[in-house]
Amino acid sequence: MSDARSDTISVVERTQHVAAGAAIVGAHFLGRTAVFVLGEEALLFAEAGGDVRRMDVHGGAILAAASDGACIVSGGDDGNVVTTDVGSSRVLSTDPKHRWIDHVALGPDGAVAWSAGKTAFAQGKALHTFEAPSTVGGLAFLPKGFRLAIAHYNGATLWFPNAPQAEPEKLEWKGSHLGATVSPNGHFLVTTMQEPMLHGWRLADHRHMRMSGYAARVTSLVWTVGGRWLATSGSTQLILCPFQTKDGPIGQKPRLLAPAEHRVEVVACHPKQDIVAAGYGDGLVLLVRIEDGAEILAKKPGDAPVIALAWSADGTLLAFGTESGEAGVIDLA
Amino acid sequence: MSEQVSSEKVQVSSEKIPVTVLTGYLGAGKTTLLNRILSEPHGKKYAVIVNEFGEIGIDNDLIVGADEEVFEMNNGCICCTVRGDLVRILDGLMRRKGKFDAIIVETTGLADPAPVAQTFFIDENVGRKTRLDAVVTVADARWLNDRLKDAPEAKNQIAFADVILINKTDLVSLDELREVEARIRGINPYAKVHKTERAMIPLKEVLGRNAFDLDRILDLEPEFLEGDGHDHDHRHDHDHGHHHDHGHDHHHDHKHAHHHRGLKHYHDEDMQSISLRSDKPLDADKFLPWVQDLVQKEGPNILRCKGILAFKGDDERFVFQGVHMILDGDHQRPWNKDEKRESRIIFIGRNLPGKKIAEGFESCIA
Repeated sequence: MSDARSDTISVVERTQHVAAGAAIVGAHFLGRTAVFVLGEEALLFAEAGGDVRRMDVHGGAILAAASDGACIVSGGDDGNVVTTDVGSSRVLSTDPKHRWIDHVALGPDGAVAWSAGKTAFAQGKALHTFEAPSTVGGLAFLPKGFRLAIAHYNGATLWFPNAPQAEPEKLEWKGSHLGATVSPNGHFLVTTMQEPMLHGWRLADHRHMRMSGYAARVTSLVWTVGGRWLATSGSTQLILCPFQTKDGPIGQKPRLLAPAEHRVEVVACHPKQDIVAAGYGDGLVLLVRIEDGAEILAKKPGDAPVIALAWSADGTLLAFGTESGEAGVIDLA
Repeated sequence: MSEQVSSEKVQVSSEKIPVTVLTGYLGAGKTTLLNRILSEPHGKKYAVIVNEFGEIGIDNDLIVGADEEVFEMNNGCICCTVRGDLVRILDGLMRRKGKFDAIIVETTGLADPAPVAQTFFIDENVGRKTRLDAVVTVADARWLNDRLKDAPEAKNQIAFADVILINKTDLVSLDELREVEARIRGINPYAKVHKTERAMIPLKEVLGRNAFDLDRILDLEPEFLEGDGHDHDHRHDHDHGHHHDHGHDHHHDHKHAHHHRGLKHYHDEDMQSISLRSDKPLDADKFLPWVQDLVQKEGPNILRCKGILAFKGDDERFVFQGVHMILDGDHQRPWNKDEKRESRIIFIGRNLPGKKIAEGFESCIA
């Protein structure tokens, strides 16, 4: 079988397996501790030495989680927004109507944002709220200042929570926008759509960019180091959209790497080098060098899609988790 | 090197969670039916997606509030719509997989069922983990006829249904009940119809129907030909119309009465069903492009379609079903030796060009 990648250089033997015992929906690093987000209730902390510790943070499903490397913010169907560091967790906010917390985002200077239905919340020095025209599909802070991009039906809105008198900036594009990310230089906003495509805006002049041709809805999109590429799921290849110029991907060809039998479900970009970890629908994980497409096998195919991938800040550890609860940390140092 | 795999790995179940969609015009009795489903001692747990938190409150079950958000797909097709809130809620619910056996979606009285149904076919994440089981419509025996005249939503809900409960039958006379049933049949002859008081019905009649399962597209006979519960009608017609037949061909007579006299036949002004059949094999290379083209052009008007097809040179039954422009089709099983290789298709929709569709179908004969 081609996806066994039997001729590919492998780092599989460097894996420290983690017995999660439950479906994994996300992975992050706090220092050298890998933190797995379970579909329900808890975070699992996997220390470099092999110790695994569980911390209950929600009373039901965990619907969203984000991390800045110092803490993890999560939202649940219990209506709670919870912030967790290596030692402890605390409830940051409880939705007064106990609505589901659908999305969370972390921003500069410890800013936190979350959404429940149509309402977006931004917590800086004070708590601010914004009513979106439809249910919020995704949240992303801009890299500078206290400014939040909110994806929704028929476009996105740029909101300055600290300036309630300022009219939010509207970015329009027909269709349902289900996720958002802002380039590290703050020049571009890209959303994933209900259709298998991405939409982007150059924020300076609202110039549109469409990135289509995916086989499935794109659920994972991450910037490579320095924001040179946007790595994306949604195809049987790792697709990288070029963002090296001021025009972004307009008129440029994407780079297609690491073709496989199953689709890429999740991507994670190395923090220091142009290397992307891609997790596939059959459980395969490959490390892919953008420059020449060279591959390293990080995890062999298993019984379930890879849902979560994360790099430690120094780029020496890679954590993976699957829908069936298979999890591990690979030491690449 | 040996790759250790955790012994505590959770089982990934390939079983998709069934989703039942409960529709019905305002006041027809949806909530009564829902409460009945939740409170009966069936030992099952349901996740329920409702629009208003009302009088539902069964401790065991997961109740989720939704805003019916109908989103158009960005593909230039006005009938390609999804329920955006369902995409989000079903994804969230599946994180609690194992905590419930099935999902029930209650729509508002004014809702069109199509976007709910289409969500399961358009959104891959939803379709991978859940499956649409059936659209169940509760109709008010007393008021449905009026609503069919003034509320297009009510008509859509009837036309779209797999199962229809004519509820509150205790509030109407037998004649009125027959009238409303005939009106329903004029729009949708294929749904399973039940007459209920206070939504009293065995749960197996509304849950676990597999109405969208290609493997279950077995029979496309109009439901009322099967003659369940029409004893009264039968006797009545029999006495009046078929004295000369009586005695020598009772069975035939029985069928006959149902065909032509069992119910009053109404033809709804704008919503009809079209049924076509051919005992000559079809050419797959003609039929598939034709039906694709038909739903592309007439999709907004076609609410539901289904078919069982016998293709030339193909020893397997090909089945398809569709919602507006979305078609789902596959080989089902080999034709049995003693089975008549006949192709049958039905369309339920608004102002359908019957002649054009019939001619198109004819032209697909191999």
